Amino acid sequence: MLDNSESYVTEDGRTIGGVVMEMKNITLRFGGVVAIKDISFDIREGEIRAIIGPNGAGKSSMLNVISGFYVPQEGEVLFHGKKRPPMRPYEVARQGIARTFQNIALFEGMSVLDNVMTGRLNYMKTGLFSQALWKGKAEAEETENREVVEKIIDFLEIQHIRKTPVARLPYGLKKRVELARALAAEPKLLLLDEPMAGMNVEEKEDMSRFILDVNDEFGTTIALIEHDMGVVMDLSDRVVVMDYGKKIGDGTPDEVRNNQDVIDAYLGVSHD
Amino acid sequence: MPEQLVFAMEVTLNGLMAGVLYALVALGFVLIYKASGIFNYAQGVLALFAAMTLVGIMQGQVPFSHLINAVFGGHVTHFGWNVPGVVAIALTVAVMVLLAWLVQVLVMKHLVGQEPIILFMATIGLAYFLEGVADLMWGSEIKTLDVGLPQGINLWIDETTFNIFGYGFFIDNLDIVATVIAALLVAGLVAFSQYTKQGRAMRAVADDHQAALSVGISLNFIWVLVWSVAGFVALVAGIVWGTKSGVQFSLSLIALKALPVLMLGGFTSIPGAIVGGLIIGVGEKLFEFAVGPLVGGATENWFAYVLALLFLVFRPQGLFGEKIIERV
Ligand SMILES: Nc1ncnc2c1ncn2[C@@H]1O[C@H](COP(=O)(O)OP(=O)(O)OP(=O)(O)O)[C@@H](O)[C@H]1O
Ligand SMILES: [Mg+2]
Repeated sequence: MLDNSESYVTEDGRTIGGVVMEMKNITLRFGGVVAIKDISFDIREGEIRAIIGPNGAGKSSMLNVISGFYVPQEGEVLFHGKKRPPMRPYEVARQGIARTFQNIALFEGMSVLDNVMTGRLNYMKTGLFSQALWKGKAEAEETENREVVEKIIDFLEIQHIRKTPVARLPYGLKKRVELARALAAEPKLLLLDEPMAGMNVEEKEDMSRFILDVNDEFGTTIALIEHDMGVVMDLSDRVVVMDYGKKIGDGTPDEVRNNQDVIDAYLGVSHD
Repeated sequence: MPEQLVFAMEVTLNGLMAGVLYALVALGFVLIYKASGIFNYAQGVLALFAAMTLVGIMQGQVPFSHLINAVFGGHVTHFGWNVPGVVAIALTVAVMVLLAWLVQVLVMKHLVGQEPIILFMATIGLAYFLEGVADLMWGSEIKTLDVGLPQGINLWIDETTFNIFGYGFFIDNLDIVATVIAALLVAGLVAFSQYTKQGRAMRAVADDHQAALSVGISLNFIWVLVWSVAGFVALVAGIVWGTKSGVQFSLSLIALKALPVLMLGGFTSIPGAIVGGLIIGVGEKLFEFAVGPLVGGATENWFAYVLALLFLVFRPQGLFGEKIIERV
């Protein structure tokens, strides 16, 4: 077992650092439904961490806890080793945690470029009045943000739809734009809720490649939820397996694949 | 040129300028509705409140003086100074921002995620409450407002049109000024929402709350901002209307004229509010001019509503409103 602060090097030569995000005994209830039941796990710096499990297992709920959309009744969230007080989602975002949604949440009325630009809002320092008074400073800032955004747009190969209103895009491209917006915030931690759901094989391959490249080139720590087991095994360094709100497995893809509880859950062995 | 056509031109011009005022009030509705899904019944009272506050500050009135005197037995009603219009407007803007913050923190914040009808009811409550507070603060008598806007017939237009058509148009200077102010206000709002950080955040919130949260936008902050902007728009409408017909309760009824404008323009469209306002302004004046005499006049009282009704039946999303599609 590794110490929380220890780092190691993966087979493909990437350095995985210490723990950045630690979930401790998280329990989340909706009325009578227990969506998450006393779950603990951690996310290390620079790794790709997958959360898997059957439908309704509580995966999205877990992501929502991390991003502040849901507040757990019990348990602690530690970010960089420090206990995080209950936070609003926008406060979590400002700490450098960006996310995408299972059902895609884009600004449908805006162009792709404008959507991605909103990811930079927190980098826009100049306030309302200085913006009116010091036009030069505001313009320099705008140029800088535009450059970052254009780089990300190039990176995700969506230059050709820069000016297209998002509402007109097909599903697969929307998912990509949502990823672009999250990346524009240059997050320390990126949360992806089923980034490949509903995509065809080719789109899935593209998306997998983007996720790996983001992790590799920007060193972004990524936690993702995915149903496609092949994709999960290829992408992730470590996997948490959830079922009925409980954690039933945690380890490398190989460890998880050979875990009897996990096999049972996926084969639908009846719960007693 | 036939005489009737010349008259019609004058009527159209006057209609356009009345329309600008309708548009101004409708704009306040659209801003809040877009950003929060709240249909703000209190928008008209907001204009009344702003105008009363402005008059009160200008005349150096002691706020709540009736109440204070009743409780402590004094008879202080005025500070004994007069505040210049510009300063008083700035102070009133500050009051409107404070009011926006109070509305958000004390009322709307606690109703997030409620049904639209509940939010609507809350704004009805707010309207009556504000009306009472305004009376208590500044007294309920009719007040005149004069911040130095020019009034009376514009002689230049009168002469010029007389020279061309042999008939001088009656155009009020106040209407011209109001049109210019409204145009500036709209241009300012557009620039604000397109080019500033806060404006972008406002558009983001108007589009999708979840997505806005995920990029680090505080909904509370934006809602205070939106109510402030709506309060500012209300102040502008209140100044123009108040200068025209005095500051009194009926000022809050201009909101009723904004309703048909919204049905035409759509509840979510800023250009819609403007074009809708102009159509209603021109439409009701021309209709009165053309059809009024045949039916005994006073068509202005109902024309806008009938037009709105037709729109409701044939194009419920309005001219520019987003198509109403159930999102799943
Ligand atoms: N906002 C909510 N209100 C009430 N119940 C909820 C809410 N969000 C999730 N749940 C419940 O919590 C449980 C876990 O849901 P969750 O969406 O986290 O599952 P999931 O693992 O993401 O499933 P899927 O693979 O279908 O996306 C489900 O029973 C769900 O109905
Ligand atoms: Mg889910």
